[in-house]
Amino acid sequence: MGIATSDKPLLARVKESEQDKFMQASVAKAQDAQHTKREDSRALLGNWEEWRELGEQIRQRAIAYLPDYLEEFSNNVDKNGGDVFFADTEADAVDYIQKIVKETGAKKLVKSKSMVTTEIDMDKQLLALNKGLALMETDLAEFILQKDNWDEPTHIVFPTLHKNRDQVREIFMKLGYEGDNDPEHLARFARKYLREYFLQADLGVTGCNFAVADTGMINLVTNEGNADLTMAIPKTQIVVMGMERIVPTMADAEVLDNLLCRSAVGQKLTSYVTFAGQQVAGETDGPENFHVVIVDNRRSEALGTQFQSILQCIRCGACINVCPVYRHIGGHGYGSIYPGPIGAVLSPILGGYEKFGELPYASSLCGACTETCPVKIPLHKLLIQHRMVYTDRLKMQGGLNNFMMEVIGIGTGFPFLFRSAIRFGRPGLRTMAHKTDRLTALNFIKDEPLVDKGPGLVGGWADVRDLPIPPKHKESFRSWFADHKQQQKLAQAQKDNSSDK
Amino acid sequence: MKVVIFSTCVVDLEFPNVGKAMVEVLERFGCDCYLPSDQICCGQPTYNSGYEKGTQRTFRNQVDALLSVESDYIVGPAGSCVAMLREYPELLKDDPEYLGKARILAAKTYEFSQFLWRILGVENAGAELNGKATYHRSCHMTRLLGEAESPYALLEHVKGLEMVPLANAHDCCGFGGTFSAKEPEISKQMVDEKVRHIEETGAEILVSCDPGCLMNIGGRFNRLGKPIKIMHLAEVLNSNVDERRITYLKQMPV
Repeated sequence: MGIATSDKPLLARVKESEQDKFMQASVAKAQDAQHTKREDSRALLGNWEEWRELGEQIRQRAIAYLPDYLEEFSNNVDKNGGDVFFADTEADAVDYIQKIVKETGAKKLVKSKSMVTTEIDMDKQLLALNKGLALMETDLAEFILQKDNWDEPTHIVFPTLHKNRDQVREIFMKLGYEGDNDPEHLARFARKYLREYFLQADLGVTGCNFAVADTGMINLVTNEGNADLTMAIPKTQIVVMGMERIVPTMADAEVLDNLLCRSAVGQKLTSYVTFAGQQVAGETDGPENFHVVIVDNRRSEALGTQFQSILQCIRCGACINVCPVYRHIGGHGYGSIYPGPIGAVLSPILGGYEKFGELPYASSLCGACTETCPVKIPLHKLLIQHRMVYTDRLKMQGGLNNFMMEVIGIGTGFPFLFRSAIRFGRPGLRTMAHKTDRLTALNFIKDEPLVDKGPGLVGGWADVRDLPIPPKHKESFRSWFADHKQQQKLAQAQKDNSSDK
Repeated sequence: MKVVIFSTCVVDLEFPNVGKAMVEVLERFGCDCYLPSDQICCGQPTYNSGYEKGTQRTFRNQVDALLSVESDYIVGPAGSCVAMLREYPELLKDDPEYLGKARILAAKTYEFSQFLWRILGVENAGAELNGKATYHRSCHMTRLLGEAESPYALLEHVKGLEMVPLANAHDCCGFGGTFSAKEPEISKQMVDEKVRHIEETGAEILVSCDPGCLMNIGGRFNRLGKPIKIMHLAEVLNSNVDERRITYLKQMPV
C-alpha cells in the first residue's frame, strides 16, 4: 500500500540488491550514459547555473504562494468547463476517481505514466472495485511492470531500470509475442498491442508534469506520445497531480520544461511536450469531461518546515542518476516508490519515520544530488535535517550506537577530553586490535596490530576496512609539532647568540 | 605570514605524517605556523549524524581555539573539514556571540592545496616523486568547498610523477563519515567500486586531499590484500624537494 514497495528492513533489501548483479550493472551503465547526455544537453544552454537559479526562483515562488496559485488554477479549469477536486488523502483521491468511473460507466481505462497514481495505489484499487473494468498502463515501462504481475518501479523516470531485455521478452511472450529480444522489436509489439486498446478507451488517466495556474492547462512531457493519446481519445480525462506541481504561467513552464527534459533524459526537449485541458469551443479533440484531482497526501506536512524546499522537486530523477548509493542498492533498496536522494527525503514525509526513518542515513552525504538538482534543492542538507528529527527518537530508544555518538559529541566538545583521546586512543583501540600479516596499503598501514573487529560503530568500520591503531603519543602530530617548535626556538636562540658575539 | 594549522581530528589520531608534511611545506614557503592546542574537530561526526545541539559546543570550541592565536590564515589538510568550517556562519547563525567570530574564521580558512596555489601562488613546489599516481577528488572538497583545480595544478609539476586519470572520479568512495560505520554494507560496495577503478588505472600511488577518504580507501585496499601506496598531497609535495625547482604562478588563479 502507498509508497512502500517492501516490508523487509533496509539491511535485508540492501543485501538482496547486492545479489542482483544484473540490476547493479544496469544501473551503473545507465548512470554513466546519462552523465554524458545530461551534462552535454545542459551545456548547450551556455549558462546552466543561471537557469538553475531561475528554476529555483520559479519553484520557490510557486510553493510560497501555493494556495493562491492552486485557487487560480482551479478557477481557470472551472471557467473552461472542467472540474477540480482537492484530495486530502489517498482514500479521498481514489474515492473521487471511483465516482467518475461509476458515473461514466467506463469499461476501458488507459493510463499514462504518473508517480502520484502509484503513490495512491490507484490501479489496483480501481480494479478491485470494478469487476468489469479493464485498465492499461500505456507508458512502455509501466506496461511492462503491469504485465509482470504489477512489479514495483525502481526509478521515477525509468521504472524498469532493473529489468533486462530477456526478462521483458519473457513477459511479452505471455501476451503472444514471438520475436527476439531486440528492444526495437519489443517496443513495436507493445505499440501495436497498446494502440488497439487506445482506440477503444473511454476513460483516460494521466499524471501532470506542471499545472499552469493562469490558463488552467496541464503540461505533459513524454517521449512515447502515450500521454497525448490518453488525453486525445477518451471522452473523459482525469488528471491526477501532487498539489505542488503548480507553476504560475506558461513562461515559467517553458523554463521548467527546459530544465526537466535535460535533467531527466539529457534531451533539449522530449519528443512530446503538450499543453492541454478541457476541450473548448472550436476544438475537435481533447476530453469533453476534464477532471483534475489535486492530491495532498501529507505534502502539506512539509509546508512551512525545514523540509519545504522538497516541494520544489520537478521529478526529473537527476539526483537518482548521480547517486552513488542508488548505484549499488537500486530502487528496490530504498523500499519506496520514490528512491534515491529525493526518495530518502520525501518518503519519511509522505510515509512516516516509522517506516522510512532509516533512509536518510543511507547516504554518504556526498552532495552529488544537491549539485545536480535543476531547481537547487539542498538535498543532502535535508537528509541531515531528517537525521536530526530521527535522532530524537534514537535518544529515546538508547542503544549502543547512540551512546557512542553521545560520547563522540562530548569528546569533541572539551579540549582536555580530546587531548586524552590523542594520548589514550592507542591503548584504547589496542584492546580491539589484532596482529595480522596484511600490510599492502603502504604509508598508511604499519607493521602493528590492526583494528579489525569491535562493538557498534567500530565494528561497522572494521567489518569492511583495516584501521591502524593511533600512533604512540610521542609520535603524534601534536607532539612532533611541539618538538619542532622547540627546536626552531633553540636554533633561533643559537643564531641570535652567535650574532651577538 | 602567520598561519594557524587546523590539524583535524583524523590527522591528530591517524595521520601524523600528513600534519608534519603540511607544516614543512608551508614553512618552506615562508609561513610561520601555530597549532592551538584547544582545537578538536570541525563537528561533522555528530552534526551530520543528527546530533545538532550537542555539536554546538564543538563548533564554539573550534572557533575559540582557532582564533586564539592572531593569524593571517587558517589552513587545514582536509577539504571536507575545511568546507565545514566555511559553513560555520550558517551553522552558528542563531548564536549572536559566535556568528561574528564564525564569519572571521570562515573568511580566512583554506584547504592546504588551495592555500598553496591560490593564496601563495605556488606553481611548482619543488617536489620529486617517481611513480604512477592517480588522484581521488573528494566530494566535499569539490562540491561543498568548490575546489576542483588546485590539487591537479600542483600535482602536474611534481618531477617524475606520472598522473593518470581516475574513471568515475565524481563518484563518492563510500566514506561519508559515520555513514561508513553505520551502513557498512552499502559503504563496502561503494569503496569496492572505487578500489576497482583505482586498480584499473595501474597507478601505484593514490593521492587525495582528504584523509577521511584515504583512511577508507586505504583500509579497504589493505583488507583486500591489494597493493597501493596511500599519500596525502602534502606528503607528495614534501618528497625529495629541491628548492631550485620552486616556481610561482605568473598569474594568480581566479
